[in-house]
Amino acid sequence: MYVYIIRRLAVAIPTILILVAISFALMYSAPGGPFNSERPLPAQVMANIEAKYGLDRPVIVQMADYVWGVVTRFDFGPSFQYTDRTVNDVIAQGFPVTLTYGAWSALAAVVVGVSLGIAAALRHNSVLDYFAVGVTIGAQALPNFVMAPILVLIFTLWLGWLPGGGWYGGDWEYVVMPVIALSTSYMASIARITRSSMLEVMNSNFIRTARAKGLPMHRVVMRHAIKPTLLPVISYMGPAFVGMITGSVVIDIAFSTGGIGQFFVNSAFNRDYSVIMGITVLVGMLTITFNLLVDILYAWLDPKIRY
Amino acid sequence: MAKHANPDADILDEVQEPVNEQVKGRSLWADARDRFFKNKAAVVGLIVLFFVTAFAIFGGLISQYEPQTVDFSLMGAMAVNGSPSIETGHYFGVDFEGRDLYARVVQGTRVSLMVGVVGALVAVVVGTLYGAIAGYLGGKTDDVMMRLVDVLMSIPFMFVLILMLVIFGQSIFMLFLGIGLIAWLDMSRIARGQTLSIKNKEFVEAAIATGVRPLTIILRHIVPNLLGIVIVYATLLVPQMIIFESFISYLGLGVQEPSTSLGALIRQGTQQMNNGTLWMLAYPLFFFLITLFAFFFVGDGLRDALDPKDR
Amino acid sequence: MKMTTLLKASTAALVLSTGAAFAESHTMTVPEGVELADEQTFVYRVLDEHSSVDPGIVEDVSGSEIVRDLFEGLYNDSKDGSTLLPGVALDHTVSEDGLTYTFNLREDAVWSNGEPVTANDFVYAWRRAASPELASPYAWYMSLLSLENVDAVIAGDAPLEDLGVEAIDDYTLEVRLTEPLPYFPQMLTHATTFPVPQAVVEEHGDAWTRPENIVSNGAYVLSEHVPQERSVRTKSDSYWNADQTVIEEVTALVINDENQALTRFLAGELDRTEVPAGQFPRLSEEYPEQTVSFPRLCNYYYTFNLRDNGPEAFQDVNVRRALALAVDRNVIVENVLAGGQTPAYTFTPAATANFEPPETEMASMTQAERDEQAAQLLEEAGYTEDDPLTFEMKYNTSEAHRSIAVAMSQMWAQKLPVEVNLANQEWQTFLEARDSGDFELARGAWCGDYNEASTFLDLLQTDSGYNDAKYSNAEVDQLLAEAKTAENPNELYEQVEQIVAEELPIIPIYFYAGNYMMDEQLIPSWPVENVQQNWYSKDLYFVAESELE
Repeated sequence: MYVYIIRRLAVAIPTILILVAISFALMYSAPGGPFNSERPLPAQVMANIEAKYGLDRPVIVQMADYVWGVVTRFDFGPSFQYTDRTVNDVIAQGFPVTLTYGAWSALAAVVVGVSLGIAAALRHNSVLDYFAVGVTIGAQALPNFVMAPILVLIFTLWLGWLPGGGWYGGDWEYVVMPVIALSTSYMASIARITRSSMLEVMNSNFIRTARAKGLPMHRVVMRHAIKPTLLPVISYMGPAFVGMITGSVVIDIAFSTGGIGQFFVNSAFNRDYSVIMGITVLVGMLTITFNLLVDILYAWLDPKIRY
Repeated sequence: MAKHANPDADILDEVQEPVNEQVKGRSLWADARDRFFKNKAAVVGLIVLFFVTAFAIFGGLISQYEPQTVDFSLMGAMAVNGSPSIETGHYFGVDFEGRDLYARVVQGTRVSLMVGVVGALVAVVVGTLYGAIAGYLGGKTDDVMMRLVDVLMSIPFMFVLILMLVIFGQSIFMLFLGIGLIAWLDMSRIARGQTLSIKNKEFVEAAIATGVRPLTIILRHIVPNLLGIVIVYATLLVPQMIIFESFISYLGLGVQEPSTSLGALIRQGTQQMNNGTLWMLAYPLFFFLITLFAFFFVGDGLRDALDPKDR
Repeated sequence: MKMTTLLKASTAALVLSTGAAFAESHTMTVPEGVELADEQTFVYRVLDEHSSVDPGIVEDVSGSEIVRDLFEGLYNDSKDGSTLLPGVALDHTVSEDGLTYTFNLREDAVWSNGEPVTANDFVYAWRRAASPELASPYAWYMSLLSLENVDAVIAGDAPLEDLGVEAIDDYTLEVRLTEPLPYFPQMLTHATTFPVPQAVVEEHGDAWTRPENIVSNGAYVLSEHVPQERSVRTKSDSYWNADQTVIEEVTALVINDENQALTRFLAGELDRTEVPAGQFPRLSEEYPEQTVSFPRLCNYYYTFNLRDNGPEAFQDVNVRRALALAVDRNVIVENVLAGGQTPAYTFTPAATANFEPPETEMASMTQAERDEQAAQLLEEAGYTEDDPLTFEMKYNTSEAHRSIAVAMSQMWAQKLPVEVNLANQEWQTFLEARDSGDFELARGAWCGDYNEASTFLDLLQTDSGYNDAKYSNAEVDQLLAEAKTAENPNELYEQVEQIVAEELPIIPIYFYAGNYMMDEQLIPSWPVENVQQNWYSKDLYFVAESELE
């Protein structure tokens, strides 16, 4: 097990390097630069700016310097666009926001999704089951960029219950709509996975045996069925996490929450190289960590898996 | 899990006459077909899919307008004059620019389906071949190839795709490439797993013994046996691709005007949502949803049919 | 850029302001007898996060709005933008040769930490703005001011001390120029020239502009800043004219999506937001009291690529003319945008001060006549339905640009043997493409840096950095050069416009209008007459509801 974890971590290093190289290459070949504006800058002013940010050095040197900074000091450099902030500041500001609504979304998706899935499976082919399947497929298909403005229209404009955007340190009323918009489709996926997994488990021999022994239904479910049912849900959490980070782009734009999604998109459009790379690398690291956690959790729950 | 391989096949026959395998396998396919058609949701999905495809291909025939033609007389008074109506020939009304929404939904459905299908196809072809090769060759090669997949899996490709579209400009080609790039990784893992269990079967060993080249073995013997799982995966991948495309369109990085996609139409409709022209959102969203529903149902149905364990 | 010598037209304005306006140095913000609302907080939407609130660095509109509130320069613009009002400087004298300006600073101006604002703060700020060390993108503005040795200082060839700015004593600032700039005082309302607190900058470095560190001398102090979410500025009690500041708190909320912003405005979360393209008619009908529209000092056009590598067809003036004729500007203005924009047949907006757009031939025709002539011109040029004129038009990604491009391409395709391919690009990519000539027909727009026609027409000069058409006409260059020193430059500008209307290196489409949804209690104090929209929060106020009846 430990060997496995260490091997996975060893793979992480080249992964991050490849990621840095890809984003660096993309940025470097990009037309336009962070300091282009509608009014072409005088050559001398441009030269000063490039010298300040070290952009006048050879690419290889820039990249090596960058990687060195990241590796030794975890320093992603200054933002090209926001002069009073470093990339680390940007991440420190945006990431907790994303993490907050992301974590609530994950929690909501798992709790509601799993409950709905189990309920549907236990009442297989009942009205509840059909209802759950219908709702979840609908929720999975409705894009969150359609849902977000609809939510604002209903809860902000018509009902006046919730503010239409902003974050304000993550007060609950600012978190509700982002969480609904972000979690719904994952909730739906989890419900569907849980349902089919539960159906399979309930038909398996050991559950039949347990029930034959005369154990009451809820004990059978709680004691024997839950754990194997959750296995596919857990392996789904890896991709779901990545999806949620990506989805934060929509959430940040729709609700002005100021998470890293918004920083990423703005930086991409403005060629703020260092912020783009910082966020890409960060998300890459998180992806690796999260996938690893999911795999460990999976192995821990599933006695059949041996590394 | 290799239920579709035929372990009893006459070894020599297999090598010389791969067609035989299909002949013998037919009963399994027929089984699957029966199972599929017993699944009502899947059948409904298939019918819907059929109609949506027909709509995308032939819908233009009954349209009275070209998708790119602007009706200047309607501009600026869309909420009053541009609403859906049979009389004016704008069955779905007009879009914000005064173009016939029916014609544009037809065009958008076509583009979205194409993105979905081509994206899935790219992913499936690349993924299957990659996985099959890795699994078949095994050893160091397999190790390196799958390690590479692990590495790529950890890259937030959606972010990279956004960067690519921002940097290299928007084109359908870029979309296909980007979307295909994201999706082949899972497929390669699945294909490799399957290949591992197939490659020790007698018919493969026999082929090796008679000196058939590895590439031929992969293409003739391994890949056909992966078909079931590939079809299931591809069907479930198409709606994901369509959703990806809509996300990209939301960021304004989708297909170029005057072409359009369902995602782009939905985005434009959403922007006009509160402007008294709800049809601009309703029609494209309707086609988007039923298309995705249909693919989900058909995909589930196929999985149940081809992979009985999962039922 | 090309602003170097144009600045003459407003000498008259300056004389006027030195005489009249400067006398009443404590101008009243609120007119006599107007009853104010109890709550004076202003919340507005900005599209994007501002890049900086450092006066030496700020380059974007939303950042400049904040900097104008936080800091005060030598002079302020009056509300309508037509005259100067005293800021930190009370008045100034100019030497005979027009090269030396001596500013007399007020002694009651203080920084928000209680320190007095002195001439040394300006000297420090100006040197800093020009220094290679700061590498400000707006260092070019310092060179535009024609300060002594400025280019050498920017290039790092001369020490900062050589810059032509000096503190004679704490309240006397001397500025030496290399050439007489009659417009010089007007240029001092720009953020780049605002003072900066040396001690604070040196203590905190780049981070000095954060709310916990920043010290400013304007009517407001920065109290909160959450990047990509909001920035809050609060009334400063140490400002010398604090009694006349009405608005207590100003908040800028970053909202990327204009439709979300509109919904939030309607829900009462915002006092001001932009009207999304095409929604003005409905909104002004539903909320007539809250919609405002006024002309802006900006034009919107498409530029041909006249380089040698550009399309052959566009070298033919008749082809360009045909395309320009067939664009029905009234449809674009009234149906696509529908927010009080005006059709453009010249390059310079009609709202420009002292500028009367000449009546061009095209403007006087009816659209039917234009279409007829366009069809005829293209036929003569040899284009037919079977062999159409084909080209690509580029625009940067935006809903409004898309709508206009779609409409234009259809106007051509429906009336002429023309096939247009649309291509949208992200802003940075688009800029690069236009700058390097990688386009056939591309969108352009320009907002005046100052309120005079040359801010626009200079773009058509052969060596202008923004002349992306690479249009070159010796007569235009000659006229523009003459205009710099002419007694009445507007005649010359009109001649330039006539030549441009003949040769059409660009297709003028329309002139911008500001379209806002605004709290009706704020509207009475909003400077709608200021075409450049350089507003100061200290000039705003919310009137009581009783005033609206």
